[in-house]
Amino acid sequence: MDIKFKKIRNCLVVYPTGEIDHHSSEVLKKEIDRQCESALTKNIIVDFGRVNFMDSSGIGMIIGRYKYTHLKGGKTVVTGVSDNLRKIFTLSGLGRIIRIYPTVEDAVENI
Amino acid sequence: MIFDNEMILRFKSKSQNEGFARMTAAAFLLELDPTITEISDIKTAVSEAVTNAIIHGYERKDGMVTMHCGYCGANIYIEIIDNGKGIEDIEKAREPLYTTKPYEERSGLGFTVMESFMDEVIVESEPNKGTKIVMRKTLKSLL
Repeated sequence: MDIKFKKIRNCLVVYPTGEIDHHSSEVLKKEIDRQCESALTKNIIVDFGRVNFMDSSGIGMIIGRYKYTHLKGGKTVVTGVSDNLRKIFTLSGLGRIIRIYPTVEDAVENI
Repeated sequence: MIFDNEMILRFKSKSQNEGFARMTAAAFLLELDPTITEISDIKTAVSEAVTNAIIHGYERKDGMVTMHCGYCGANIYIEIIDNGKGIEDIEKAREPLYTTKPYEERSGLGFTVMESFMDEVIVESEPNKGTKIVMRKTLKSLL
């Protein structure tokens, strides 16, 4: 899985590309946690704009990052959720604890 | 059941095979010309069932997973079979958000996703013998 990171203000923005399942989410979790430690940011924005598949392993990954940032007094939010992924987001009820913004810019402004 | 067409795939319980299994199921069913949403639903359900076999059935140890796909008219059937540890309480396992592995950041949504994305999910399991998940979906686009 190709993952890009960018630091914008006090947010670590994560851009995963491709498919998120149990296999790739293990890599994604480790990489985000590693980058979070070194970037010294308390907020995480995960942009799903380049993700074309996600199963419930991706939901577990986001909840894990939510707990991590929550402990540090920060937030985890998501952006770029396509119609394709919206079904699993809705089903999980994740929207009740995690804000979903249309774009990374919106998330940075409002986090 | 006599299928119009069917196939069987057997693969090792490696997490990298989750993608292989769902792509193979999607490729097999492409002949039926399903909608993008239908194929996406099927891929997600297959991914959940195969992940369960790897994580819970075999608990990441080596084993073989069998995927049997078939279709009959507009109904497609997918079976995911493992010979792993089995499920002690199927009813409990099917409850939304229930997971035996919360420390591994599992969401506990595997069965909920299968049930929501497919039309019918049957779970047959016996402790120490394994689990068979049978999923059916009617491709509405074909009706």
